[in-house]
Amino acid sequence: MRLKTTVTLAAVALALGVTSGAQAGTLEDVQARGVLRCVVSTGIAGFAKPDANGVWGGFDIDFCRATAAAVLGDAGAIEAVTSTGKTRFTKLNAGEGDVLWRNTTITFSRDVGVKLRFHGINYYDGQGFMVKKSLGIGSALELDGASVCIQTGTTTELNLADYFAENGMSYEAVTIETNDEARQNYESDRCDVYTTDASGLSSTRSALPDPDAHMVLPEIISKEPLGPATRHGDDQWSDIITWVLNATITAEELGVTQANVDAKAGKQGQPSKNPETRRMLGLDGSQGSELGLSNDWAYQIIKQVGNYSDIFERNIGPNTPLGIERGLNALWTNGGLQYSPPFR
Amino acid sequence: MGAQTTKQYAPGTHPDLPPPVRTTGPIAWMRINLFSSPLNIALTIASVWILWSIVPGILDWVVFNAVWSATDRKDCWGQMAAARDGACWAFIRGSFKLFLYGWYPEDQRWRPNLCFVLFLVAVVGVLRENMPGKKYWLWYAVAFPFIAAWLLVGGFGLPPVSTNKFGGILLTVVIGVTGIAFSLPIGILLALGRRSNLPTLRTVCVVFIEFIRGVPLITLLFVASTMLTYFLPPGSTFDLLMRVLIMVTLFSSAYIAEVVRGGLQGLPSGQYEAANSLGLTYWRAHQLIILPQALKISIPGIVNTFIGLYKDSVLVLIIGMMDILGLGRARLNDADWLGLAPELYLFIALFFFICCFSMARYSLNLEKRLETEHRR
Repeated sequence: MRLKTTVTLAAVALALGVTSGAQAGTLEDVQARGVLRCVVSTGIAGFAKPDANGVWGGFDIDFCRATAAAVLGDAGAIEAVTSTGKTRFTKLNAGEGDVLWRNTTITFSRDVGVKLRFHGINYYDGQGFMVKKSLGIGSALELDGASVCIQTGTTTELNLADYFAENGMSYEAVTIETNDEARQNYESDRCDVYTTDASGLSSTRSALPDPDAHMVLPEIISKEPLGPATRHGDDQWSDIITWVLNATITAEELGVTQANVDAKAGKQGQPSKNPETRRMLGLDGSQGSELGLSNDWAYQIIKQVGNYSDIFERNIGPNTPLGIERGLNALWTNGGLQYSPPFR
Repeated sequence: MGAQTTKQYAPGTHPDLPPPVRTTGPIAWMRINLFSSPLNIALTIASVWILWSIVPGILDWVVFNAVWSATDRKDCWGQMAAARDGACWAFIRGSFKLFLYGWYPEDQRWRPNLCFVLFLVAVVGVLRENMPGKKYWLWYAVAFPFIAAWLLVGGFGLPPVSTNKFGGILLTVVIGVTGIAFSLPIGILLALGRRSNLPTLRTVCVVFIEFIRGVPLITLLFVASTMLTYFLPPGSTFDLLMRVLIMVTLFSSAYIAEVVRGGLQGLPSGQYEAANSLGLTYWRAHQLIILPQALKISIPGIVNTFIGLYKDSVLVLIIGMMDILGLGRARLNDADWLGLAPELYLFIALFFFICCFSMARYSLNLEKRLETEHRR
């Protein structure tokens, strides 16, 4: 009897082992499933949120859709695996998601310690300060003695302490838990200053009854490079994520937009003569099949989702309620940091 | 004429006179309850003053200045005299279906609706006294969780719906009702096990109960969401909702076990001896004599645990599940509707209040009905 049980257990374990062995190639798994599972946040204004009908949208979600467009040819074939800051990496490492597009700061400990692979930076963020214009302050260096609303247990708390100590200033911390709580406190004058990542400041400011009475100070006191991550051990999948991001940036640089990609790809009239555009859109060469994708993978990204600028302007740009300027996220040719290796 | 005043009655036949005005009616009630002493008068005036200063403002915000339809926050605030003058219920109204069903496919939403109707039938069938065919109602109530699971998840003829499509109130109710339905029988068994004469069984039950009670629910949820996936072979993850339901049920059953044990200990030992002297087996004795009395004593504690469990279910948002609170907070990040947290939290509070208050009233009602004048 006992022997029988042991044998059964061993057989079950073996069977499970076989299924896990078959999981080696993320690309094959995703294509077999027909749906890309992205680890996303449970809601960050501008970056990820469900709309009134439950359809996910936002800056990070659009990059997830771009990945789905490249891999499956359908930007709609995504599943949002919602995760909090505490569960995001285990969800990815346990295989509950295929790729993480979740407003995640790239740090040494996450890259090395958590055993993730990061694939470039889709948003350069940094910690800033917001104050009421009526205070007449123009620089963070004039904040001596201010009361500051700050989220507990975050790197922003440590950055703030460092910055004030470094400049010989003092402050009174008003600790809060969420962005909304911060807004309530700031609105009711319980603190003079609110500090968090600049993108968060913009959304908080836009939610105030009178956004124009408030300003974000020019000083950015920390580096928060946000980017996509995958598990260790699948280089082909890593390459795909890297080049999906690069394709959106290169497309902006080459002037290929969602609006004109059909013309550039020769679907209407003459195709583009620019060699790099032709390689990227799959008119020349075989870059798509080298990645393990169809040759029009980049065309699908730009046609269905758009280039970097399209994605930025649609979700967080100056014409959205968030109204974030490109700033550091402008192309390197426009004084920003977004820079893609060439498609060659 | 004055005839009435002079009418003669034989001794003892005079009809009762109405009591003096000062001891009946609203004035007397106020005299007795509100103005009986200087302290009482001061407290009454202070309370009225507090209500006077709070209630009109709340009513203005919630009802009179509220906006029920708008395209976005700016439009909403534009319709008021000043921003934040009233509640912007348009936000809740626009997302109401999402809050109700989450991502449950639209053409299949009759299934959760039917589930809800069946649930009401089950509840009413078991609760109403002198319902014809009481026994069948009970069997139906026992079968209900399984019928509901089949309806919601699908399979066996219905198109399957993945559990990660569950969200909002649907998810909250699924977690709450499953936890409640399964933790009661498991809790009773654990309580009996803890009082058992078999040392192994007793030890197992004691260790289980004390372990679960010694660990916060949130820890168990983290174990369910992250640790389990490390123990299982990679790629063989089983449903997250299933893992959470198991953890919530185990957690709540440990507490139910202790409540029921209190009930069992509250019975005089004469009841056990009487059962034994009748020659009843262990199970028959418990079924016929011990448990009906013990459970009756434990009703307030059991319902208390259920209400606690129902509210604790929102903790699943910390592991990224989109229950009503998680989904609501996600919607707060819609750039068109930023900054409407008060409306959202008020709506969620109202939902939980209705659920929990109904449970509390029901338990009171049950206690009254089962009252058999055995007060000690």
